[in-house]
Amino acid sequence: MPVRRWWERGQRIPGASSARGVGVDAEQWPQVARDVAASGGVLLGLWVSREPGGDAAVYGAYLTDPGVLLAELALPAGGQPPHYRGLEDIFPAASRLQRAAFDLSGVRSSDPDRRPWLDHTDSYAFVRVDGEGVHEIAVGPVHAGTIEPGHFRFSVVGEKVLRLEEHLGYVHKGLEQRFSALPILQGHRLAARVSGDSAVAFSWAYCQALEGMSGCALPMRALWLRAVCLELERLANHLGDLGALGNDAGFAFGLAQFSRLKEDLLRAVSAAFGRRYLFDTVVPGGMAVDVSADAARALAAAVRAVCAETVELRTIYDEHEGVRDRFTGAGRLEPQLAARLGVIGLAGRASAQARDVRVDLPHPPYTELPVAKVVHQDGDVAARVAVRFEEAQESGRLLGRLLSGLPDGERAVTVDAPADGAFGVGLIEGWRGPVLVALQAGPQGSIRRCHPHDPSWQNWPALEYAILGNIVPDFPLINKSFNLSYSGVDL
Amino acid sequence: MLKTLRKIASIGLVSETPPEPDELLRVGRALNDRIAAVLGRALCIRHVDAGSCNGCELEIQALGNPYYNLEGCNIRFVASPRHADLLLVTGPVVKNMEAALQRVYAATPAPKLVVALGECACTGGALGECPASLGRVSNLIPVDVAVPGCPPSPARILQGILTAVGG
Repeated sequence: MPVRRWWERGQRIPGASSARGVGVDAEQWPQVARDVAASGGVLLGLWVSREPGGDAAVYGAYLTDPGVLLAELALPAGGQPPHYRGLEDIFPAASRLQRAAFDLSGVRSSDPDRRPWLDHTDSYAFVRVDGEGVHEIAVGPVHAGTIEPGHFRFSVVGEKVLRLEEHLGYVHKGLEQRFSALPILQGHRLAARVSGDSAVAFSWAYCQALEGMSGCALPMRALWLRAVCLELERLANHLGDLGALGNDAGFAFGLAQFSRLKEDLLRAVSAAFGRRYLFDTVVPGGMAVDVSADAARALAAAVRAVCAETVELRTIYDEHEGVRDRFTGAGRLEPQLAARLGVIGLAGRASAQARDVRVDLPHPPYTELPVAKVVHQDGDVAARVAVRFEEAQESGRLLGRLLSGLPDGERAVTVDAPADGAFGVGLIEGWRGPVLVALQAGPQGSIRRCHPHDPSWQNWPALEYAILGNIVPDFPLINKSFNLSYSGVDL
Repeated sequence: MLKTLRKIASIGLVSETPPEPDELLRVGRALNDRIAAVLGRALCIRHVDAGSCNGCELEIQALGNPYYNLEGCNIRFVASPRHADLLLVTGPVVKNMEAALQRVYAATPAPKLVVALGECACTGGALGECPASLGRVSNLIPVDVAVPGCPPSPARILQGILTAVGG
């Protein structure tokens, strides 16, 4: 049955601009996934919720044309241990999600891959590649640079990569359990720290779910200021990556220039918002800080200056033969494979997966402020660089509009804790891709359950394919071109 | 090529621009002298993320931009703890990183310094201690200096390193 039928059957879920939930039985559970896949939709997230009494439910969240479709399969406590059909054959990204869900809840899927993911008690059984001259290179969890911990196991012949297997979960810190110990009106602080480089996206997604459940209408000024923060976060991360990518291609000039521009931007952000990184600016009901007219003008001028220099630097990158040689063709993820893997966000848009929540499912203020979607077809490092360059410019343009047209009004309103059992979702297009937060209220202003989902879940497996046939020394460059979060997926 | 050279020439040396009264540069100069006095060579730092949200990492990376001129202060980040004088540890120490942090600490030659960087490393932060996390860094290895902040600014990170070397 077409996905529209599930959508029509669904009940509206508060929070994100367009979200519906549908209860399914064990037979319908994989059918929804198949129908979503057939209609070109993708898996956004999969998680298991388990009550102390033993009743459990598994949730599959999908990004479809009409909106976020959430399928819920109840797994009542009974004689048998709870169990559900895995979706890994329909959406490959489901596999790690299912394994993580088992480690967190004890609820098993039918996935034949039963290796623990977040539970590192036993040593990990990597898939061995046999053959003449094949050897393994083990990297991590502690890497050579200032990056997050994770383990990469390369099987190589000479310098050529035959297989890469990722083993993550090293920074698993029990985020979901911690959420359940917090008052629901304070969870946004922890949400901002799911993946620090996406602090605005996660805290906005959390607040969007919460405000939807509480029926709280935000002042336009608060929404515009949130969009300012989100676009600043996107611009800052893109600048940082563009510098690091130049550096990984042997062009230290790029790192020097872009890290300088990023610092210029962070200092301007600090002057306007009182902090370089925008943790805890997005709070339930609106914003924790407001920006004066003078500060908005100064910030807009700084953004314009940074973007003008970025245009100049793009020409230099484009015309530099050494850089072009390293970028072009490296780590290619073909559009067809990207579609099969359900790759989303920035990496998806570099491989023709034309999804951007700001455009496809716009929420205020993007409903009034159309965003130009950036899509490239080549799927290589060069394409992911091009998407960053163009999105940085687009964020610069949006910031100009936002900062010059900030509506008058309050920066925040009061939010009441939602009723026990209320359920909401938030969906925000962060710099890396769509960030999803599913939130359920408990009694007396508590959190029954909060599941934050980073788009890196979908895109980490794609990196294992993008590296195939490339040489080991190109891995840092290819990895950086995806720049996925470890903390965001390790929960 | 011409455009690149023109760009370099037009930007100049931002780390030495005199007109701005910049507290950071003062810290940088003092740091240079004291490290030279204590170590007589470059200070080598190994960063370990023991469970961070990656916010602190962004500010550590910022230390390398031309404004802070870290290498000009004789400080550099190295790829192996075996080459390090100082460990810069971020995040609460989560269970899955406990063994790795202990091994990194053991691999660092004595005398060694440890700076706990950021709220989580100093106090356990937003997570505290839970089944998956041991909390603050000093719960696992001895810490010389704790730099709070979420995340601390690059200037504060430099101050923390200075305090560790001076002690």
